[in-house]
Amino acid sequence: MSDQELSRRSSKYTPRKAPEGERLATSAMIASLDSEGRDTIAAPFGHALVDMAKDRDDIVGLTADLSKYTDLHVFAKAYPDRFYQMGMAEAVMVSAAAGLAREGFTPFATTYAVFASRRAYDFIIMAIAEENLPVKIVCALPGLTTGYGPSHQATEDLAIMRGMPNLTIIDPCDAVEIDQATRAIADHPGPVYMRLLRGQVPNVLGEYGYQFKMGKAQMLRDGRDVLFVSSGFMTMRVLDAAKQLQADGVDCGVLHVPTIKPLDVETIVAEASKSGRLVVTAENHSVTGGLGEAVAATLMRAGVHVPFRQIGLPDAFLDAGALPTLHDQYGISVDAVTASVKSWL
Amino acid sequence: MNTATPKGGSNVSLARRAWAIRRNALRMGEVQGQGYIGQALGVADVLAVSYFHALNYRAAEPEWEGRDRFLLSIGHYAIALYAAMIEAGILPEDEIGTYGMDDSRMPMSGMAAYTPGMEITGGSLGHGLGIAVGMALGLKRKKNPAFVYNMLSDGELGEGSTWEAVMSAVQWKLDNLIAIVDFNDQQADGKTTAALANVPEAGRWSAFGWFAQEVDGNDMDAVVAAFDAARAHKGDQPRVIICNTKMCKGIPFLEDREITHFVRVEPEEWARALNILDEGKPQ
Repeated sequence: MSDQELSRRSSKYTPRKAPEGERLATSAMIASLDSEGRDTIAAPFGHALVDMAKDRDDIVGLTADLSKYTDLHVFAKAYPDRFYQMGMAEAVMVSAAAGLAREGFTPFATTYAVFASRRAYDFIIMAIAEENLPVKIVCALPGLTTGYGPSHQATEDLAIMRGMPNLTIIDPCDAVEIDQATRAIADHPGPVYMRLLRGQVPNVLGEYGYQFKMGKAQMLRDGRDVLFVSSGFMTMRVLDAAKQLQADGVDCGVLHVPTIKPLDVETIVAEASKSGRLVVTAENHSVTGGLGEAVAATLMRAGVHVPFRQIGLPDAFLDAGALPTLHDQYGISVDAVTASVKSWL
Repeated sequence: MNTATPKGGSNVSLARRAWAIRRNALRMGEVQGQGYIGQALGVADVLAVSYFHALNYRAAEPEWEGRDRFLLSIGHYAIALYAAMIEAGILPEDEIGTYGMDDSRMPMSGMAAYTPGMEITGGSLGHGLGIAVGMALGLKRKKNPAFVYNMLSDGELGEGSTWEAVMSAVQWKLDNLIAIVDFNDQQADGKTTAALANVPEAGRWSAFGWFAQEVDGNDMDAVVAAFDAARAHKGDQPRVIICNTKMCKGIPFLEDREITHFVRVEPEEWARALNILDEGKPQ
């Protein structure tokens, strides 16, 4: 083996520079995104589903061996006869959900985002989306929400799913929004892919009097200098970053975009067109093919020429490790967001 | 001479129905100068038994809730299913000439949104049986006694997703699900048994827990008996009928041709094939 080959091979195993201070341990996969000292709500998806199901016989739940890790176990316990444990078999779970929808039911099918987007894609697009069936695919571990490495990190799920016609894509921010969005997608007549935060989920939007509306982006705070355009839990990060930046005299607005597709072009164009602001997209996803590029394309098509930056994960296979470490390393922690914005002003 | 009886007191024999299905398919092939005619001729007897002996349906009401669902996984077999649905009165005969043309309700590959009576969009193989599992579960939830039939091809058995559905159907005790495998030992690149299917076919379904039967799919009496046994079976398990069929069945000069996935038929040969069929028109 040549030196070059050896070095290429071993480069992957070069230890990363240890973060300042204490080294953190990779938490178990079931860990919630709750280490922020916030008010949290338990299993908002599962409880919303149970609440709706008491008035709607058409709601059924399916999982591919991940009910406990997608909060669907709450529904399974409340309605055991309406719960289908499909085993470790995503293709038949998705296809059977399509069949149940054909017979008039509203199936909620859960797994991890990597397995739905990568493994089950052909079944979702042909058995469900092509026929516009009302199947709701709800997936835990979106983006970088586990330290288990690329097998579990769905850093490109939005890029994959955005290409699918008929599909509505939701990337909710917190427990409040997951509760509201779960109810909204149940009423939506077509297929939906929703990213899920599970377990103890932070309650952030409660204090903003927020109400989820499918297909609508909403301003959570206004600001003169920077306009964050964000989705998912990155909206909580940019809200915190906006407070940090405020202390430094940087006035930041936050436009929360929970519906990735169809995108609220009107609101995004209107807010980005307000002069003098740096537009910064922020997403828990690769910079390739997600919210950032969708917003960039939207602005280009509309002829809106503004300073534009993207906060997101690199187009790479990410490291394993503890989430706080990884979020710092890949630039999506609050401190990293604040530092990036300052460097751009 | 087959003795199989059609249902509902019809005095039209199943052999005559199969003849009409072959004839409709040949006419569609003639229109386009192409089509999956080898498969259509091969599976015509199985479709005749399906639509004129086994299935409950209302021709004028394709979405009738009480119907047996017939799911065609294999989208390219659409020519055969259109031919059967025309004979059944679900599709109008005067649309034969539109097969595969712009704005037709009968596209080359079967799709639910285009065609009345077409339950699912096939073509991406390995989807049908999983959808059938969901529909069978849904019918049980609704206490609807209808059956779900899924017609698969032998080549489709290479798709891993088919076997996920095979296991799932057993797990959920889907005694309202009947899979029909058209085993003509031909897939796009050659023989299916030279790829992923060189084992006793019924045996592997049985091993998974299905009630499995294997028949000569061009022997009408045998096919009828297998469908009857599948429906009458008392076990709480899904049922499969492996139908060994002969590509191009019924048109000897095509049967003798080197068989491929897409059988080549010269322009003047369509009329020749129709003449041969008409000479052997059964009562």
